[in-house]
Amino acid sequence: MAAKKAKQFDPIETLHAIEEKFEMFQILDEDGEIVNKEADPQLSDEKLVELMTRMVYTRILDQRSISLNRQGRLGFYAPTAGQEASQIASHFAMEKEDFILPGYRDVPQMLFHGLPLSMAFLWSRGHFQGGRIPDGVNLFPPQIIIGAQYIQAAGIALGFQKRGTKAVALTYTGDGGTSQGDFYEGINFAGAYRSPAVFIVQNNQYAISTPRELQTAAKTLAQKGIAAGIPSILVDGMDPLAVYAVTRDARERAINGDGPTLIETLCYRYGPHTMAGDDPTRYRTSDTDSEWEKRDPLIRFRKYLEAKGLWNEEKENEVIERAKEEIKEAIKEADAAPKQKVSDFIKIMHRGELPYNLQEQLEIYTEKESK
Amino acid sequence: MAQMTMIQAITDAMRTELKNDENVLVFGEDVGNNGGVFRATEGLQKEFGEERVFDTPLAESGIGGLAIGLAFTGFRPIMEIQFFGFIYEVIDSVSGQLARMNFRSAGRFNAPVTIRSPFGGGVATPEMHADSLENLVASQPGIKVVIPSTPYDAKGLLISAIRDEDPVVFLEHMKLYRSFRQEVPEEEYTIPLGKADIKREGKDLSVITYGAMVHESLKAAEALEKEGYSLEVIDLRTVQPIDIETILASVEKTNRAIVVQEAQKQAGIAANVVAEITERAILNLEAPVLRVTAPDTVYPFAQGENVWLPDVNDIIETAKKVLTF
Repeated sequence: MAAKKAKQFDPIETLHAIEEKFEMFQILDEDGEIVNKEADPQLSDEKLVELMTRMVYTRILDQRSISLNRQGRLGFYAPTAGQEASQIASHFAMEKEDFILPGYRDVPQMLFHGLPLSMAFLWSRGHFQGGRIPDGVNLFPPQIIIGAQYIQAAGIALGFQKRGTKAVALTYTGDGGTSQGDFYEGINFAGAYRSPAVFIVQNNQYAISTPRELQTAAKTLAQKGIAAGIPSILVDGMDPLAVYAVTRDARERAINGDGPTLIETLCYRYGPHTMAGDDPTRYRTSDTDSEWEKRDPLIRFRKYLEAKGLWNEEKENEVIERAKEEIKEAIKEADAAPKQKVSDFIKIMHRGELPYNLQEQLEIYTEKESK
Repeated sequence: MAQMTMIQAITDAMRTELKNDENVLVFGEDVGNNGGVFRATEGLQKEFGEERVFDTPLAESGIGGLAIGLAFTGFRPIMEIQFFGFIYEVIDSVSGQLARMNFRSAGRFNAPVTIRSPFGGGVATPEMHADSLENLVASQPGIKVVIPSTPYDAKGLLISAIRDEDPVVFLEHMKLYRSFRQEVPEEEYTIPLGKADIKREGKDLSVITYGAMVHESLKAAEALEKEGYSLEVIDLRTVQPIDIETILASVEKTNRAIVVQEAQKQAGIAANVVAEITERAILNLEAPVLRVTAPDTVYPFAQGENVWLPDVNDIIETAKKVLTF
């Protein structure tokens, strides 16, 4: 008689069972129809209009920034078109006391958190005044080292927890960023301390030219939250209502002491990685581009709001005109910033007294600058 | 006054600052209930609670991020890196982030973080525990690097480091942790960062050194005194920025100098000291400024420390070369 086969652990089955749990969460479909009524965040009409206004504004800002960059009137710029729902609707769930740690593509969220546009332009150009976040605005300048913002967010969240502040640290990275050690350490630390952090992964499909499939064999990026033992969710990153709803819920859990959340927003950037010579036609087909353009967050949200009688062409044009006007003003302000001097750099090196080497160099450069 | 080892003086400094300033936090791997792998944080969690003194997951980079985030929310973190050989895991948080914070935010955010970490040879540690890597951080603008050699200096310098508005890397030589006791005031006191200390006065040769090499240099000075040479031993105490004034005053008096470090010749900070002396006092020099260092190999296997680490004999030999140049 054959021995009864022992029940075996099946790692493949386990993996598939986990993957199946990460279905994409959506509220608004491509036609602007509510497909998940129970999850509708029930934003007031006023808030819905404000959210659309910010998204349109951001699209125009992207168009103008690309053009200003081409004219040499802006420096480093990482295009945002396509990610408005992911960026703006997630930030829309935040309060002023929340602390935002943006990556280099996350300038729009900073603006709506209180950074003057002219400063964002100065940051793009590479001027120290662009990094001087106004007092009372809870922001850190955009992080260039991919992943560093994640471990820092865990620290701010722990700080809020220790202070008893009802606020969260919100941070963003991209799909490529999930391969970094700091990504994992950040979510794991926040999990271990159950600290109030919201971690967003904007999966825009490419890390420069490297497709997301080459970053990991994991079927979703959201499931990486399991490694930290924290709740995580995959959301349609082209759907403003879905992004808003999951971020708001994550914030609620965080300030109620239930720890961090990892959110993967499935989205797409239409433009290049940055304006520093990246050519997306080398690694992307126009078919994929147009496929994603059909899912555009503005198109579906516009349809949704128009059906509710909350939006029309006239309103949209008002926003566009205002954006263009404010961008023009902000560029003028940025132009008026004084040229940077070496002595400026030396003076912002330390909060306290300058060490001897910098004292000496300050004298040398002040002398040079006076000529 | 109390007789303290360096490790006790370090604990005492942290206790003093935990008491003085409620924003001071102490954290790292096993620093809480366990009191640290060297007992540096012994009793602190019990006295100040888990909110102030706490353990972290085993991830140096995450510890660095934690310190930065806590500094943003107004805390004054003292983070411990269990051994400085592990700094490579957290070099971005220290050199890429903390050191640049005041600069890149043009003064909006500063980083009053103290990074405590043991290092140093002579105690047969396993790989990557004893390496002298002070030059890695000393070469990064925005950071101060402190290396005490006595219990008295350790306490005063650590209190200053904790109170400093800039990030300070505070390196503690393992061999000096319990090698001797010294009178240390029980009350609080500070020693300014960036100020050297003349540990022995002399008139024939300036020996500029730091860390465990201070004691080897003092031994060399004693031995050479018997041969009629008077050595001045300068303990830098802060290796970035260095105390140019004290170094120059000494060299202008002795007209000869050597720089002694435990690190390899291509590492450490000796080359910087030599360059500064050459730029500022070449006309005072009767001989070239020579260096006593370890050889340019990877830090040795434990049983090879005795032939590899610079010691009193190397110092005597180099000192004589300069004295008889």
